[in-house]
Amino acid sequence: MAKRPRKPELLFEGSDWDFDMLQRTTEAIEEIALQDLGLNVYTNQIEIISSEQMLDAYSSIGMPLMYRHWSFGKHFLHHERLYRKGMRGLAYEIVINSNPCISYCMEENTMALQALVIAHAAFGHNHFFKNNHLFLQWTDADGVLDYLSYARGFIAQCEERHGVDEVEAILDSAHALMPNGVFRRRRPPRLSLREEEERRLERIRAEEEAVHYLWDTLPRRGAGSVAADRERLERKREMHLPEENILYFLEHYSPILRPWQREIIRIVRNIGQYFYPQKQTKLMNEGCACFVHYYIMNELHRSGRINDGAMLEVLHNHSNVLTQPDFDDPRYGGINPYALGFAMMQDIRRICEEPGEEDIEWFPDIAGCGDWRRVLKDAWANYRDESFIQQFLSPTVMRHFKMFSLVDDASKPFYAVSHIHDERGFRELRDSLAREYDVAVADTDIQVVDVDLLGDRWLKLRSVKRNGVPLEPADRDATLLHLRRLWGYKVEIEEISEGASLAS
Amino acid sequence: MAHFVDRRLNPKDKSLGNRRRFLKRVRAQVKKAVNETVNKRRVADVDRGESVSIPADGISEPSFHYAREGGRRERVFTGNKDYRAGDRIDKPRSGGGGRGRQGAAEGEGEDDFLFVLSRDEFLDIFFEDLELPDLIKRSLKEIKTTRTQRAGFTVTGSPANISVKRTMSNALGRRLALNRPSEREVRDLREQIFALEKVSRPTKKQREELKRLHDELETMLRRQRVIGYIDPLDVRYNYFVQKPEPNAKAVMFCLMDVSASMGEREKELAKRFFVLLHLFLSRRYDKIELVFIRHTHDASEVDEDTFFYSRETGGTVVSTALVEMKKIVDQRYPASEWNIYAAQASDGENFSGDSARCADLLLSQLMPLCQYFAYIEIVDEEEARLINSEANGMELWRAYRGVAAKLGNFAMKRIARPADIYPVFRELFARRSEGAENG
Repeated sequence: MAKRPRKPELLFEGSDWDFDMLQRTTEAIEEIALQDLGLNVYTNQIEIISSEQMLDAYSSIGMPLMYRHWSFGKHFLHHERLYRKGMRGLAYEIVINSNPCISYCMEENTMALQALVIAHAAFGHNHFFKNNHLFLQWTDADGVLDYLSYARGFIAQCEERHGVDEVEAILDSAHALMPNGVFRRRRPPRLSLREEEERRLERIRAEEEAVHYLWDTLPRRGAGSVAADRERLERKREMHLPEENILYFLEHYSPILRPWQREIIRIVRNIGQYFYPQKQTKLMNEGCACFVHYYIMNELHRSGRINDGAMLEVLHNHSNVLTQPDFDDPRYGGINPYALGFAMMQDIRRICEEPGEEDIEWFPDIAGCGDWRRVLKDAWANYRDESFIQQFLSPTVMRHFKMFSLVDDASKPFYAVSHIHDERGFRELRDSLAREYDVAVADTDIQVVDVDLLGDRWLKLRSVKRNGVPLEPADRDATLLHLRRLWGYKVEIEEISEGASLAS
Repeated sequence: MAHFVDRRLNPKDKSLGNRRRFLKRVRAQVKKAVNETVNKRRVADVDRGESVSIPADGISEPSFHYAREGGRRERVFTGNKDYRAGDRIDKPRSGGGGRGRQGAAEGEGEDDFLFVLSRDEFLDIFFEDLELPDLIKRSLKEIKTTRTQRAGFTVTGSPANISVKRTMSNALGRRLALNRPSEREVRDLREQIFALEKVSRPTKKQREELKRLHDELETMLRRQRVIGYIDPLDVRYNYFVQKPEPNAKAVMFCLMDVSASMGEREKELAKRFFVLLHLFLSRRYDKIELVFIRHTHDASEVDEDTFFYSRETGGTVVSTALVEMKKIVDQRYPASEWNIYAAQASDGENFSGDSARCADLLLSQLMPLCQYFAYIEIVDEEEARLINSEANGMELWRAYRGVAAKLGNFAMKRIARPADIYPVFRELFARRSEGAENG
């Protein structure tokens, strides 16, 4: 698409890199990304870091600024040991969903690898962050760094005022409930940092002024059964019960927490919410980045801007990351999201350009349309893993991966092969795989259903078993202890089967 | 438009704080692991960093999640070979196997958590109940000590280090060489001019003389201006270098009573005592050899494992160990080449009558060769409370007290807890400042 004629001039040779080379290469990559692929990206900020710093970044869930907590130290020690023993390499890059989009590249990477990494992270992931509807809806790329720095400062301040141990206890408990601290359906309001701070102060003021009825221990009315029932319903309505966001509920209604503790819970909840879209788009995000780097590197090679040696190194790394071992291979660890995402996106391009009969039957609206760029960009913007698989997983890819599904029923002494990659199984396999990627199925379904506020303040939760799968008992009890610490009174969880009556 | 930031020079160890927090949290478990390591390791190897494994229960991060067993679940796999829909695969009998690999992500599962402590962290924990003063902890952790030493002169330096003598003599030499007129010459000339100017009616000759003198004075003054009294070229500074403390060879003798009365606890305490002395020596000497001598009624040189772990029966004759040590010193470690240190641990029992011989051996033969001799008597905690006087004690203790009274480099102490060990060495550590002559 690039109109400007240019003489093929190598961007770099050999494996050493310097900043001029990086700049030149990034410009070449950018040209293809923006003009050929038509990507829409945040401004890039590419930071070169050492392996030690990469380990640091690893341990604080990839975020550049994070508050202090022992669990990050634990992860650091864990990664460090694996790395020092040579059991595991480090990631070549980490990219952060922020504006400007920050990517970290390791200094040890060769120049070819740097080019690959920049194409992958600074353009592939970056485009996905900026365009996918989940990220647009749930995360605030402009404000995330400010918010993290606010969070870090606030928690450090709390540690000074209230002691490290006390803050740590709250964080431990809040972390345990982090997966249950996201709104899955409701979209959170977008706030700037200042609004956030103002709202916090306002909340504290309001809470101090008005004594909430939770604290009011005087019985007001007699316990007439009808009246009590009505009152209970009214109260539940007022507290928006049932509530699936347990951290949100605790932040607002826990009878024992002090204002700063509520704020810490809020911080943990917000960070959890920030990562929620990442969980739902792992496959697409990586697939998009791999597709982009593969296309760009091939373009650079085709136009003579990188030599064969560099291209071979790129391909070597590319195929290392995109290996999909078979289920009976000792390296098998589930389906590799890089491999499947990339394969699906390459397949979409194939369907658009040269569809077979099967493809015309399966994908009548895109088969042979030729404009694969539009189709892919539309997919990147409007789908998440589950719906993407549901919509675009083609028989070709299923055959290529030789997919089959197993049913494991606890009551039977065998696994049953339910579907394989044949004419009868394609649709069921696709449904089944899509369900695996559906967070609504993979995540626990736990809700706060009732609390007898005027009585014993007994917090009641309900967990819905999916397909009869219970909660892991040891972790459930440990997590309940954390919940009890934040609630202050007795906590109980009831596990019910799917489809059981939800009336309380 | 991308921009690049080079972060490589940013401070490292961003997560050091988190790491410390983690270690604090698992302090108790790590301490146990470190203690086990100390017992397991060779005396000379104790201060290496250590891979520590601690049970995961204190540091698990629980959350609500579905169990891996139970209910009905369906999963998609890749790489089908010959399965067809409807095939059945028997479940493995005893859990694990088969699909077990999918479990146990990091942080979950029952496995121990394994990580590596740095040397500093390891020593911190090792020192914990030895109750060392902080200064000594720090100096033990230092790997090398250095001393400032004069190393001639240099042309650059800080004004505080200026060498006045050298600077002035340089200046003098240069003034002589360049023939700079001295103040005295100038003064003489001025006097002559003054005298001539006083003449009310100078002759022609005198006038010419005066003019000549004036010219000469001008030349002199110009020379003085051009050739400075002190030129930056003359300035010299004292130069100092950091020289590593003179390191030499040292040999450390570990003597221990291994008769049946020395139990596990006694040996563990003794080991800490030996380790601490070794740490101290390793800071001061490049090369340290360890000699282990164990004794019952008879003494022999053994390797470290035998020293700490093998059991012997028999009576106790302490002097045999001293005789053995003397023999080894004579054979292999001439006192002119080696710094000799000795550490002896015992429970205080000795064959009656032998103690006097020990004291005699020490005074006449061993102590003249040794830099330092430390003796600990390991007692029960209750016993330690009962024996409250230094003067009381068994025969060996009383005999050694005689030696200690006569010699400054003999230290002795009763020990019931790890915290008691350090005072034995207090003097040794205190002698650091004047310790150079030992090197």
